Amino acid sequence: MKPPAFTYHRPATLADALAVLAGTGPAGKVLAGGQSLVPMLNMRLAQPGHLVDINRVAGLGGIECRPGLVRVGALARHAELAADPAAAVALPLLAEATAAVAHPAIRNRGTTVGSLVHADPAAELPAVLALLGGSVTLAGPAGYRTVPAGGFFLGPLQSATGPGEVAVHADFPVPPPGTGTAWLEVSRRRGDYALCGVGVLVTLDPAGRITAARAGFVALGPVPVVVDLAPAVAGAGAGAADWAAAGRLAAAHPDLAPEDDIHASAGYRRHLAGVLTARAGALAAVRAAAQAAERAAEWAAERSTVEGVA
Amino acid sequence: MTEPLHEVRLRVNGTPHQVRVPARRLLSDCLRHDLGLTGTHVGCEHGVCGACTVLLDGAPVRSCLLFAVGVDGQEVTTVEGCRAPGGGLGPVQQAFVDCHGLQCGFCTPGFVTTITAYLRANPDPDAAAARAAIGGNLCRCTGYQNIVASVLRAAEILRAGNQVRP
Repeated sequence: MKPPAFTYHRPATLADALAVLAGTGPAGKVLAGGQSLVPMLNMRLAQPGHLVDINRVAGLGGIECRPGLVRVGALARHAELAADPAAAVALPLLAEATAAVAHPAIRNRGTTVGSLVHADPAAELPAVLALLGGSVTLAGPAGYRTVPAGGFFLGPLQSATGPGEVAVHADFPVPPPGTGTAWLEVSRRRGDYALCGVGVLVTLDPAGRITAARAGFVALGPVPVVVDLAPAVAGAGAGAADWAAAGRLAAAHPDLAPEDDIHASAGYRRHLAGVLTARAGALAAVRAAAQAAERAAEWAAERSTVEGVA
Repeated sequence: MTEPLHEVRLRVNGTPHQVRVPARRLLSDCLRHDLGLTGTHVGCEHGVCGACTVLLDGAPVRSCLLFAVGVDGQEVTTVEGCRAPGGGLGPVQQAFVDCHGLQCGFCTPGFVTTITAYLRANPDPDAAAARAAIGGNLCRCTGYQNIVASVLRAAEILRAGNQVRP
């Protein structure tokens, strides 16, 4: 349970980090929070010859709310994201899902972007990125490239990040107005990997009818799976939608590929996908309706102010 | 092969230290082997059990998932640093005594550091919040009931400002 020997590098700039990685080739591994990498080293499941510690690289931290998206820097810890007040307003799903990641001590050190690069199919944030249609930006010897979630997660513990590349930030798009979201998961103990986790997003039109609904799943396949729930609920009022039908649609979906392990059978995981989708869908719809009501009240207040001035 | 050594400066429980360690030296092993601070216990060594939890610049972290070289220049608080200023039992340690919050004591250092940091941010938790706060620490003896009681008792001691009982 001790890590193998490696050569340690602690670059101060991104350019230095990329130069080191260019020199080490595939033997180089980036160390950010290390909350997945260091256990793998301790158990000798990974034996990189070189570790490139990016924790002191300038300019990789921070969480930035931009128009239409929340940008999370490579060194932003889970705990920072969960506590960021602006991100909580712009995209409440981020804090809700991040609170389900392991334990406080892990969230104090582990990074959100590191979790995406690690691409564990049992991790929360990859499913959130996939559900929202976000992207990860990578810096490499040839410059920057931005990879959409759909092309970023390639398999269990396999992302599109290449050997010479450093993930510099992830963009989580803010869904359209009138959207509510919810995150639910079931695990054996608090903070354990989820047997099944689901994030649901529901968007209402101004009349309160569902125009979009989809679910992103954790631990239901080799990569995060996103299922369109619209066939079961589109057109229904937020309070009248048949979320049990949405749950059945999700549980029977051919894209879900759960597996048996010592914690749960594939069948139980599929069952959970249905139950949690139905619950999270109903919750997201209530939140979408509340958000729509809040917006309507804001508009009314604005209109009366404008009329008062005129 | 002799591994290259790295010069690492750490401030542990307020005292500055300088050690020369290989890059792969875990912070938990640095504290125990290089600095002789054996209060930090090492259980699973992959971040699950919480026994090795220390405070890094005040925030709880797993010391088995950090390299000493990576936290060069930072401030570490171990269970030895959770004592009362006069050297007696600190408020969380006293609460564990009061409530029979430990049996074999192996996991206790990780609980004490975790609860110390938690109560700084949350001085008045209820039982459910206390239970959630210790969710990342495993105890194979107590069944947790008395540890939850210890969290509430420590909060009480801290609120009363009565850190050492007669």
